[in-house]
Amino acid sequence: MDALAHAVPWLGKRHPRAAGWLVIVLALAAPLIAAYFGRSWVRILDFALLYMLLALGLNLVVGFAGLLDLGYIAFYAVGAYTWAFLASPHFGVHLPFWLVLPLGAGFAALAGIILGTPVLRLRGDYLAIVTLGFGEIVRIFLNNLNHPVNITNGPQGINALDSLSLFGWDLAGTLRLGDFKVHSLYLYYYVFLLCVAGSIVFIRRLQISRIGRAWAAMRDDELAAKAIGINVRNMKLLAFALGATFGGVAGGLFGAFQGFVSPESFSLMESIAVLTMVVFGGMGNIVGAVVGALILTALPELLRYLALPVQEALFHRVVLDPEVLRMLLLSLAMIFMMLWRPGGLIPARARYARPELLGGETR
Amino acid sequence: MISLLEARGIGKRFGGLTALDDVSLTINRGEVYGLIGPNGAGKTTFFNVLTGAYTPDAGEFVFNGSALPTGQPHRVVAAGIARTFQNIRLFGKMTALENVMAGHHIRTRAGVWGILSQNRRTREEERLTTERAFALLAYVGIARFADTLCTKLSYGDQRRLEIARALAAEPQLLALDEPAAGMNATETGHLKTLIEQIRHDGVTVLLIEHDVKLVMGLCDRVAVLDFGRKIAEDVPAVVQQDPAVISAYLGGGGDAH
Repeated sequence: MDALAHAVPWLGKRHPRAAGWLVIVLALAAPLIAAYFGRSWVRILDFALLYMLLALGLNLVVGFAGLLDLGYIAFYAVGAYTWAFLASPHFGVHLPFWLVLPLGAGFAALAGIILGTPVLRLRGDYLAIVTLGFGEIVRIFLNNLNHPVNITNGPQGINALDSLSLFGWDLAGTLRLGDFKVHSLYLYYYVFLLCVAGSIVFIRRLQISRIGRAWAAMRDDELAAKAIGINVRNMKLLAFALGATFGGVAGGLFGAFQGFVSPESFSLMESIAVLTMVVFGGMGNIVGAVVGALILTALPELLRYLALPVQEALFHRVVLDPEVLRMLLLSLAMIFMMLWRPGGLIPARARYARPELLGGETR
Repeated sequence: MISLLEARGIGKRFGGLTALDDVSLTINRGEVYGLIGPNGAGKTTFFNVLTGAYTPDAGEFVFNGSALPTGQPHRVVAAGIARTFQNIRLFGKMTALENVMAGHHIRTRAGVWGILSQNRRTREEERLTTERAFALLAYVGIARFADTLCTKLSYGDQRRLEIARALAAEPQLLALDEPAAGMNATETGHLKTLIEQIRHDGVTVLLIEHDVKLVMGLCDRVAVLDFGRKIAEDVPAVVQQDPAVISAYLGGGGDAH
């Protein structure tokens, strides 16, 4: 939280407490502000929060542990399809969220270990290629497992997924508080916000711990990490599994929110988009992942709203599809970032200890 | 004298090259033991085999009366042997304090659940780790740089930090791979004082070194390697006079190291 507050321009350095409150108030008020520009912007914010979860999880693998993973979206897929299998008419199973979400996270963690085990000795480019392959394998499986036995319903995907229902009230519906109505999009926003806040707390705790330091040590110098007694194999598997857990949770929430999953949501481009968010924001720090996800989700949408009318006005037809523009924008963002701020938008060094806890006298 | 580490017939080959050939030696508890020899004699290979970076082709190590696991660095550290590197290998994105705290990893237990819930045991362990790391930085004399990124430290201080990081693993045997390499006379003098202090505080030291003056002045006993074989092992004064050592290590023309 204090790290997030420090990232607020100008105010963060001078009045961190005020900046902290500002972040909280903005986070709580964001959907109300967004609604002013149209309800679709609330939906975009919801997606931004999902991407934050993904970016936070991927940052743990890539930024903290230094394991370049280009197939991260596979864990998102595992979470989403777990929801689709266990909470939809597809198999006729309708388990409650508090069972499905942890199961999705668990399956994703298992997938993380399955991916991690064969790549323990790989590093850098080689690791990136294998993880990329893993992501594609998962997607292709989802695409083709409708035959001979229909498991995933193939490219058509699975629809009519159960929505998230918390203790009896369904988030897909409208909440009525007397005469006051709260639309489903807002409800999802606050649930997702809670998940993101919880994840930030958890990841920060991991970062400032013996595990976080072991990851950082392994990332900075694997040989030296072994020499000080770190079990590099276990720590890598732990990073893959924990990183995947966040992907799995995000996937489950995505399934519930969208009500529909299909393999095309989990393409390589999505993996790259999440990685771009992490690198754009500032690899290895939590704030970077959050800010990167927010900006790179909102900006292409903004562009989409501008691009269509502008193109219509200029050429009387749409020359560039908005989806193409999104990738173009992500690529441009990366190029300019690498040129001007190779450390990312918020190139803060992550902390792995809290010496202030001891007070001044031991220094 | 009680022996702490016994190497029994250690052999290591790389393809056709015999890097270590039937090397046996005994390091006693509480001494500073020097391992010297010309370049390529197999000193660093011995180090790497001992600390688990390489698996030996022959022989075994007995540490504290039981066989030392081979080829598994983390288990060697857990058994009580910590090392430093000839070319400094610190964790570049961490401060001096965090480097030392990372070194304490093997002596801490907190798991994922403990860390996520920040239960009392985890918090207490984290506090102790921080406290210990500060104490070790003060011990090697760089406490004022606790919050400095380790790559910003001077060369001599980085060496000290690496020793502090190794000590954080609470070793019984501290293995130093050419700790004086690249140091000037003053820094070497300080290093000598530090190593003497470490021995005084009950940690046995294994020292690989090129600086003959340092080795002769510091070590209780010295072994000499040449072409992967041990050609002498005794107190420095005797080793210095050994004709085999003089011809092998110092060379016929008095090639000083």
